[in-house]
Amino acid sequence: MALEASPQSRLTAFLKSDLFYRFRTSYVTVAASAVTVFILLAALLAPWIAPHDPFDVSTLSLWDSELPPVWAEGGDPRFLLGTDNQGRDVLSAILYGSRISLAVGFVSVALAMVIGIVVGLVSGYFGGAVDAFFMRIADVMLSFPTILVALLVSGIVRGALPREMHDSAALIVLVFAITVTTWVQYARTVRSSTMVERSREYVYAAQLVGRKPFAILFSHILPNVMGPVLVIATINLAMAILIEATLSFLGVGMPPTNPSLGTLIRVGNEYLFSGVWWVVIFPSLTLVALVLAVNLLGDWLRDALNPKLR
Amino acid sequence: MNTTTFPNSPLLSVRDLSICFDTRHGPLRAVDGITFDLAPGEILGMVGESGAGKSLTGTAITGLLERPGRIDRGEILFEGKRIDTLSAEEMRRLRGRRIGAIFQDPLTSLNPLMTVGQQLVQTIRTHLSLGKEAARKRAIECLAEVGIPAPEARIDQYPHQFSGGMRQRVVIALALCAEPSLVIADEPTTALDVSIQAQILDLLKKMCRERGAAVILVTHDMGVIAETADRVAVMYSGRVVEIGPVEKVVRDPRHPYTKGLMQSIPRVGSNALRLTQIDGAMPRLTDLPSGCAFHPRCPRAFAECKRTKPAALPVEGGHVACHLYQEEPV
Amino acid sequence: MSSATDTQPLVSLTGLSKTFDLSPPLLNRLIERKGRRTLRAVDALNIDIPRGKTFSLVGESGCGKSTVAKLVVGLHGATSGSITFDGTDLTRLAAADRGAFRKRIQMIFQDPYASLNPRWRVRDIIAEPLRSFGITSSKQEERAEVGRLLEMVGLSARDGEKFPHEFSGGQRQRISIARAISSKPEFLVCDEPTSALDVSVQSQVLNLMRDLQDELGLTYLFISHDLAVVDFMSDYVGVMYLGRLVEAGPAEQIFAAPEHPYTRLLMDTVPDISLGRRDRAPAIGEVPNPITPPPGCSFNPRCPLATQRCREQSPALAARSSGTVVACHAVTGEPAAGSRPGAGGAAGTGTGTVAQRQPERGVA
Repeated sequence: MALEASPQSRLTAFLKSDLFYRFRTSYVTVAASAVTVFILLAALLAPWIAPHDPFDVSTLSLWDSELPPVWAEGGDPRFLLGTDNQGRDVLSAILYGSRISLAVGFVSVALAMVIGIVVGLVSGYFGGAVDAFFMRIADVMLSFPTILVALLVSGIVRGALPREMHDSAALIVLVFAITVTTWVQYARTVRSSTMVERSREYVYAAQLVGRKPFAILFSHILPNVMGPVLVIATINLAMAILIEATLSFLGVGMPPTNPSLGTLIRVGNEYLFSGVWWVVIFPSLTLVALVLAVNLLGDWLRDALNPKLR
Repeated sequence: MNTTTFPNSPLLSVRDLSICFDTRHGPLRAVDGITFDLAPGEILGMVGESGAGKSLTGTAITGLLERPGRIDRGEILFEGKRIDTLSAEEMRRLRGRRIGAIFQDPLTSLNPLMTVGQQLVQTIRTHLSLGKEAARKRAIECLAEVGIPAPEARIDQYPHQFSGGMRQRVVIALALCAEPSLVIADEPTTALDVSIQAQILDLLKKMCRERGAAVILVTHDMGVIAETADRVAVMYSGRVVEIGPVEKVVRDPRHPYTKGLMQSIPRVGSNALRLTQIDGAMPRLTDLPSGCAFHPRCPRAFAECKRTKPAALPVEGGHVACHLYQEEPV
Repeated sequence: MSSATDTQPLVSLTGLSKTFDLSPPLLNRLIERKGRRTLRAVDALNIDIPRGKTFSLVGESGCGKSTVAKLVVGLHGATSGSITFDGTDLTRLAAADRGAFRKRIQMIFQDPYASLNPRWRVRDIIAEPLRSFGITSSKQEERAEVGRLLEMVGLSARDGEKFPHEFSGGQRQRISIARAISSKPEFLVCDEPTSALDVSVQSQVLNLMRDLQDELGLTYLFISHDLAVVDFMSDYVGVMYLGRLVEAGPAEQIFAAPEHPYTRLLMDTVPDISLGRRDRAPAIGEVPNPITPPPGCSFNPRCPLATQRCREQSPALAARSSGTVVACHAVTGEPAAGSRPGAGGAAGTGTGTVAQRQPERGVA
């Protein structure tokens, strides 16, 4: 046996692991991850694979406006999924829009996770007044609906910043609003796991050799509470994408000049009844597929990491 | 394996029972062809290390074996009828009425949301045709019999209002209230304090004697067996390595594992400087050695032990599965 | 090894007490009009442990023996009393000064499945004390030391690469022992180290612990409920009941002639393997709730010898001619030690191993 675990042996260990086996044998999960990876890659590679640049106004032509998808009557092979009222390619808009949606999702989940983990670890480990303080903040946070927070923050930002900066601040406002309302879930989960772990004997053993509380928290307890956190993170990724879409749909999210999937749906929605269905249907389908796939992955991960369901 | 003959037909007969777990690496055999009989009113101890298969055997007899575990060979006969093939519903009726079960942790056997009386009355009425009042009267009698003081008052209390020892008494009352003829007791005293263990064992013994119920007492504690059981089956790696009358097995164990086990138990007043130990650990199911599963730890292993699994040979009053005794006259 | 003379005990617990506050929060107390609820887990315990010996604390769950273990290693802070280790009172030590003693006092835990971090490799688990105390200076040195420790407890150096779940219970307990001795401690607190193990494995671990004691000159505080194990391991035994020492002394003496009715009850409950079944009167009753201990001697509701005096007066530990101390009115028969000034007749005191101490200390 090699003394140092090489990356290769880690990979083979993973391929042989029960986790991977449960993944491999669940067709729904494999399909869900394929969809997720496909959308992720497409969004990531949008600048290279998108047929048009939807933000480059100079390439837009009103002659191309409201063209149906290529298979419908009057479709144009240049625009696979048709165009909107300004002649923007819907497919390209979706690719770029997914980028924004996913960016908001990942960044807000990452931020909420970091805040939640730190607060949860500290609360659960030290208990007492520290715990009471953080948990009351958490209670207050939970009593604000995300949308309300986003509206409030958005209103404040709009009031404080000059008009020309509103659009560029939109992304930050969204991430902030989602983070502020979702970190509590991580904090509560991590806190309760930490309270169990801190009275386990391996933690005592570390205390007895004089390890400092924060060293124990991050080197001993954190690896043992990460399982449920990853499950929440996955499910919250889907939720964050949905919240972003909702906020953008309501008009407090991303501006039409830099649209996310939610913005595309809002804009497209106005044309739905005039028969221009493709502008709203394709972004909606993308959103549904992405959220569903990520949710399915989260469900699988929850079951796979739950020893009781094995 | 030859069957031990009893004056009257056995209450329970386990024939070549094998239990395996289906895993993605293929089936893992946790219990491997065990055979034994239980006479009415007899107390059979099943002793072994954790993972030896003793609890699984008890679970299989009560019909509570859950997926991915399954009986893949052999049969279980109760009062002459096969019960391993019964449906879940038929088994449920048999359990409680004819077969009682007592588990290690009294808290898990009792419903925390129902009073002790409700649980007793429910069990009694499920299995005996008694009216509400009669069942309640019977329940109070049961509690009194298991030594719970002031049963009229305590019957309306919830499990959490009882102490650990009292709770286990309630579990015994619950297992015995329908007068079953077989009781499976899986580590009934392990969760209890030493000074209460003896009380509970004595109670279990007395209750079963009075009702003529047979008991399978599953435990890792040879001391519990020595003080309670009539016969003992020693299990190792899913097989019964030795079975026989308690006095015989305790005083004069045949199988090298039983010998090592008996010698490794520390005793008060022995003044030993070292304890006898069996080196190594019981193999995991995933890498069972060839031949006799005990051979890597056995001080007397020889070539044959690595090659074949020893069959159970009859010895005085019992059986032993060890190649050392193959030549011995029966 | 130390400046202290050999006759001085390595560890002395004097009047050691621990009270847990189980009260509901202040607001709930005010609303529900309930008072404070406290649990005296350990009550004025006096014990001396000579260097190189094993002192065992025996008792049933809730008697406070595990709390004593946690107090001694510093996982709990004492409510009152002192823990003197090699001449230094650990309870008066500032946190910063405690570090030097951590290295010298280590612990072996009960549950081999909870005492090793499942996410850590065995080599990292054993190396943690080495790193934390700065014992090894290089990676190579650390690896060599971990290998040596693993071999010392009967495992192989290669086992360091594995994770805890790849080991059986007995092997995990060996890893736990390797970790505990890695900082070369003088004193090991062992909290039921074999109660989670199978018998055949238990004997391996107990033999290993005795071998290590001889090899490394270790002093043990051994906590157990199993009298047979205690008899095998101990030089001195203390029997605890509801937070108090009821009888203590040299192990041979306690096992040969137990005097306290509770000690005798415990002796009676040891299953006798050699005799097979025997009829005996099982112990009556159960350990009462430690939050509301009975008045007088806390054992009186279960005691066959209890008199009116036992229900009113708590007996103090008194020295016996055999070299043990016993806290029982029926055994000592002397006037109660309630004369202790300011004690209010509550705290029973005495010493564990009386060889080095005046049992009357703290009474006069």
